[in-house]
Amino acid sequence: MTPTYILIILLLLSTAGYYLGRRRALAVVEGTGGPKVLHSRPVYYGALTALWCAVPTLFIFSFWLVCESTVITDMVLSKLPETIQSLPADRLNLVMNDIKNLVNGNIVSGEENADLQAAADYYQYLRSLSQGALFVLISVICIGAVSILQNRIRPELRARNHVERVIYYILIACSVLAIFTTIGIVLSVLYESIRFFKIIPVQDFLFGLKWSPQTAIRADQVGSSGAFGAIPVFIGTLLVSAIAMIVAVPVGLMSAIYLSEYANRKFRAYAKPLLEILAGIPTVVYGFFAALVVAPVIRDSGALMGLDISSESAMAAGLVMGVMIIPFVSSLSDDVINAVPQALRDGALSLGSTQSETIRHIVLPAALPGIVGGVLLAVSRAIGETMIVVMAAGLSANLTLNPLKTVTTVTVQIVTLLVGDQEFDSPKTLAAFALGLLLFVVTLILNVIALYVVRKYREQYE
Amino acid sequence: MYQASETINHKVETKMTENPLPGKRKSQLVDRNVRETVGQAKVPNFRMRCENVNVYYQFGEKKAINNVTLDIGKNEVIAMIGPSGCGKSTFIRCLNRMNDTIEGCRVEGTILLDDTDIYDKKIDVVPLRARIGMVFQKPNPFPKSIYDNIAYGPKIHGLVQNRQETDELVEQSLKRAGLWNEVKDRLTQPGTGLSGGQQQRLCIARTIAVNPEVILMDEPCSALDPIATAVIEDLIDELKKEYSIAIVTHSMQQASRVSQRTAFFHMGDLIEIGPTDQIFLSPLHQLTNDYITGRFG
Repeated sequence: MTPTYILIILLLLSTAGYYLGRRRALAVVEGTGGPKVLHSRPVYYGALTALWCAVPTLFIFSFWLVCESTVITDMVLSKLPETIQSLPADRLNLVMNDIKNLVNGNIVSGEENADLQAAADYYQYLRSLSQGALFVLISVICIGAVSILQNRIRPELRARNHVERVIYYILIACSVLAIFTTIGIVLSVLYESIRFFKIIPVQDFLFGLKWSPQTAIRADQVGSSGAFGAIPVFIGTLLVSAIAMIVAVPVGLMSAIYLSEYANRKFRAYAKPLLEILAGIPTVVYGFFAALVVAPVIRDSGALMGLDISSESAMAAGLVMGVMIIPFVSSLSDDVINAVPQALRDGALSLGSTQSETIRHIVLPAALPGIVGGVLLAVSRAIGETMIVVMAAGLSANLTLNPLKTVTTVTVQIVTLLVGDQEFDSPKTLAAFALGLLLFVVTLILNVIALYVVRKYREQYE
Repeated sequence: MYQASETINHKVETKMTENPLPGKRKSQLVDRNVRETVGQAKVPNFRMRCENVNVYYQFGEKKAINNVTLDIGKNEVIAMIGPSGCGKSTFIRCLNRMNDTIEGCRVEGTILLDDTDIYDKKIDVVPLRARIGMVFQKPNPFPKSIYDNIAYGPKIHGLVQNRQETDELVEQSLKRAGLWNEVKDRLTQPGTGLSGGQQQRLCIARTIAVNPEVILMDEPCSALDPIATAVIEDLIDELKKEYSIAIVTHSMQQASRVSQRTAFFHMGDLIEIGPTDQIFLSPLHQLTNDYITGRFG
């Protein structure tokens, strides 16, 4: 009786509750005027019964699953021999892990012995006991809910109002869930960042001009002491994103203008999906395209002009990233340009403006809030993009605005800091969280500024 | 009101002479199945002349206007009435080639503005539309300030050279549209913030700012309340001193109040055209009679 089965049974019971509730509602009014005597339509009585079954049992189910493991672990521990119980906490953890591995049939770290095997058997026993109990509990609740409602269903029961109230709370719960997830992520990043700032002062991080996160882990190791100045990394991010936007905004916007204002319907029907395919290409494909095709081309053409360009450059990454976000800008702009009422275009045309004057003076200003929104989405995408930059822009944190040099970005650094085996209390690892936090703050500020711009514009014109 | 002009359709001409206008009985009306235009479509002193105009939609699959011949006289207001979908809006949009913007729409026949064929290949549609202004059913001020709404047209046509000229033109246009006193203190505020009737007068002011010869109005009052409508109607009366005006309207009272001639459209055909009094008091065609007496529409 695994949790999956219990969940399926719970759903089956709720479904049965739905049909029973609906049938009951119809039976109650049988012969006394039919469904129109009921306060709500029969489906609502069914839905109410199903909700009575599903909502409390789902709560119990999730609560049970959360607590089960802890409770069982404690019970198993208390049964272990004294010698094991007196072990220090981290060793005890290891033993507990072994027991769980035994239960699941995995390989154990130490030798298997009788004590462990006994504990594993006990664990197994407790778990099946708990799941059996859960099954019985859930079934009882469902059956109880159905039988209570079977008695309660009367024509005057306001089933629709009850159901809608429950749905209302479910909607609230969903939005709250999203908010809490965000808060949770921010808090965890913040917590680790504070640990980082205890080792490296905030001002060194924010205003330091040198980024070199390699630190010596052991005393006998050769390695630098580490430098955690975030500025070169952020300059790298800004440089690559700026190049990407320089490519994506004009191309995307103009293709949107062409598609929505000039192209005939047939061309548009084919061109728009084709353009949107660009958005469907995995970024890793763009990444090797950038590293293997674009970067060498840039290097070679630079060599022709006598420029010394490294084979990994901000230019290569930025150009390819720009191509990647063209569909964001173009698709969103196309939608908002299409949403500008035809009446405005007619008005401008009937005054004798040309099509291009109409677009420049009337349509684009009216669509600007939406276009700004699309561009912002593209900016966030550019700042957060990792794969292309890892492959095409390099890893060395040069403090430079020269797009032909190797640069690195925040996301790339986070990846390199956290990839592989890492200890979790060195500044090197913690720096990733600080970078993440800073990136989050920067993106947030960008969004706020953009919202402000858009709102100001709207107030002026609507 | 108008001198007898060229005959458009001999059969109609005959019928008209057979039936003297006043005091006709129903049996003497032109039969409802006759689709040829009844009445004098042409006037000697015309500003625009449409001859045998056909309009097709959806790449020729649907015919919206069928062989319409109609003149718009100088300094007259001509009203176009008819049930929904009869083609009166389509027709009026042909007069400044607004139908060009509709994909799959084709216009046949000749439409003259003074002596130039506006559908001639050599004609540039952009200056043409500046000569034939249009006011739409729903007020459509640009998302700009009141001032810029008026100044926009003159600026793109180079009618004004500097700020002072622009100021004067804006003031003059708003005054002629009867809006100046209401908005003179808030010219920098968005035009979309005005009330519906004010917005429509703003659109009229915007249209007359580029100094057109003809103004087309496509149900200009259908989104407005009676008071705003009355203001616009007075304005139309005023404007006809300088412009020729073609107005499409759903309201027969409005047509009888503002126009000198009225054209009745039905299912793409121009059924009857004549002096407004005659159309409303003693129509010649059975369909016109049915429509103005409220039998259908």
